[in-house]
Amino acid sequence: MSTTDATPVLELRSVSTHYGPIQVLRDVDVAIYPGEIVCLLGGNASGKTTTLKTILGYVKPSSGSVHLEGQRISGLPTTEVVERGISMVPENRRLFKRMTVRENLEIGAYLRSDRDAVEDDYERVFELFPRVKERLHQRAGTLSGGEQQMVAVGRALMARPSVLLMDEPSMGLAPVLVQQNFDIIQQINQAGTTVFVVEQNANMALSIADRGYVLQTGRIVLSDHSDALLSNPEMQRAYLGQID
Amino acid sequence: MAQATTTARRRTRRLNPIDAFLWLIRIVAVVVILVGLTNSLTSGRLSAQQWRDLMVFGVSQGSVYALIALGYTLVYGVLKFINFAHGEVFMSSTMIGFFAADALARSGMWNDQPIVSLFIVLIVCMLTSTLVAITLERVAYRPLRGSPRLVPLITSIGASFFLQYTFAGLFGVGTRSWPQVEILQGSWQFLGFRIVRTQAVVILAALAMMALLYVFVERTRTGRAMRAVAEDQETAALMGIDVNRTIVVVFGVGGAMAGVAGFLWGLAFQTVFFFTGFLPGIKAFTAAVLGGIGNIAGAMVGGISLGIFEQVGPSAVLAGLGVEGFNQLKDVVAFTALVLVLIFRPSGILGERLSEERA
Ligand SMILES: Nc1ncnc2c1ncn2[C@@H]1O[C@H](COP(=O)(O)OP(=O)(O)OP(=O)(O)O)[C@@H](O)[C@H]1O
Ligand SMILES: [Mg+2]
Repeated sequence: MSTTDATPVLELRSVSTHYGPIQVLRDVDVAIYPGEIVCLLGGNASGKTTTLKTILGYVKPSSGSVHLEGQRISGLPTTEVVERGISMVPENRRLFKRMTVRENLEIGAYLRSDRDAVEDDYERVFELFPRVKERLHQRAGTLSGGEQQMVAVGRALMARPSVLLMDEPSMGLAPVLVQQNFDIIQQINQAGTTVFVVEQNANMALSIADRGYVLQTGRIVLSDHSDALLSNPEMQRAYLGQID
Repeated sequence: MAQATTTARRRTRRLNPIDAFLWLIRIVAVVVILVGLTNSLTSGRLSAQQWRDLMVFGVSQGSVYALIALGYTLVYGVLKFINFAHGEVFMSSTMIGFFAADALARSGMWNDQPIVSLFIVLIVCMLTSTLVAITLERVAYRPLRGSPRLVPLITSIGASFFLQYTFAGLFGVGTRSWPQVEILQGSWQFLGFRIVRTQAVVILAALAMMALLYVFVERTRTGRAMRAVAEDQETAALMGIDVNRTIVVVFGVGGAMAGVAGFLWGLAFQTVFFFTGFLPGIKAFTAAVLGGIGNIAGAMVGGISLGIFEQVGPSAVLAGLGVEGFNQLKDVVAFTALVLVLIFRPSGILGERLSEERA
């Protein structure tokens, strides 16, 4: 996939983010092009989740800017960012456990008024996850981990995003489920959604991603095509070796 | 191995002196209540009709508590703090409702067009308390979002005094009296027993409001957003829900319910002054805790139970125990009921076990 000829769908331009006095992101530059799967790799507390929250406008960057299809979205409230087409599968899934599966999906479509298209999207989610349809009226808190992951992805898809953000989708899942999960991500991507996935499981993420960025204590230290990253000796030592 | 440790833990728990003490209290409580009940019921001091009247009165009183309790519980569910100024939100509606009703009575419309008048006054009551509740949120609580929970709690006590004395300052400290509604004088026969009309109206209106609220929370998009914000504010925000707006809705809905309570209070009890919100406020808070704070159905059940306990309890239990002046002790009964329920079920009648809260 060519990455140079189009304008990025999502772009972070030298973004810095602070929590109070503590700086978490330092001049982060990321550009994601239409149709890509891009991953953001990094160890604990490197600022991966903060990057996603900054994109969504849940935390405001202290300098730099975020752009969606060329338009500046940093500074907008999260509601508006979601409305413009970015949705997220949060770390640890974070379903509304006391609500039913159906209600969780409805929350995903909370900002939408195009009722017919929403109905189509339910069908799309059920096609992707037949299990979800069977559990529609069950409380989300009673689902298994794998099922919860499906609902969390379904909930994000119900917003009909042009860019889907995923925060460590493999966390806490059995290896078989991790594989399934990444297959699903590819399927979603092939159906036309750009995916930005945050992972600690570098091997797995790079196996499906077109490109990857490596974040270290809030700074991008490496970025390249997946193949190049996979064979990069520095990567091998720092991230790939320790996984398997 | 794991089995062994759990049984061991269970065994040490059974020996725990605090648990033993709690069980002692529970047993004593049950025995005392049973003795009181048997004595009262066998003495034949009250007729069946009188018991029924007490019950109905308890239910109508309890319906008003329940409507106010909903405001405590809705706010607690979302922000995890008790808005102690909520009693004054209720008082503000009865007070302003009084002026509307009084004006209508002076113009003669109150008795010529009772249904229209009642409707107008109801709207005035609801608007007043909704406005007061939303303003409180905006001015007193929103700036404190994110500070330790004790801070908004104490602020709410301050806000409560502020509202009381603002109303005392604006309208004086004297008692005012809602005009009587002629069509609601007397009583109706219902399934063979007599029910005072105002009480019937109070009960029916309160039940209707609770049903409406239930549908709103369970079936509408905004209701769903409320539940999402209550369960997990951060995730709700990340899904695009406007958390601030949703919190305003929560205060507004709680206020509207208190407005209906204020309206019904005016019809049933008539008198209002700047301190009218205090006791019903505390009772409604008690009812919310009794039912399980944060739980909407719990607020309804808690309110109505509390109303019944305090009306029936003195005659049913205290009289049988030979307590003098039992008729003056309904507040004592109400708060004792709270303590007893919490001894048996620390999380309230319908409250979830605390360990389930954050699974
Ligand atoms: N709300 C907050 N207030 C203050 N500091 C925060 C806040 N959220 C995150 N941090 C800090 O920012 C740093 C980066 O956190 P972040 O959650 O972005 O890391 P992460 O890369 O997602 O880590 P993990 O892999 O553990 O999920 C951490 O040191 C964290 O303690
Ligand atoms: Mg994280």
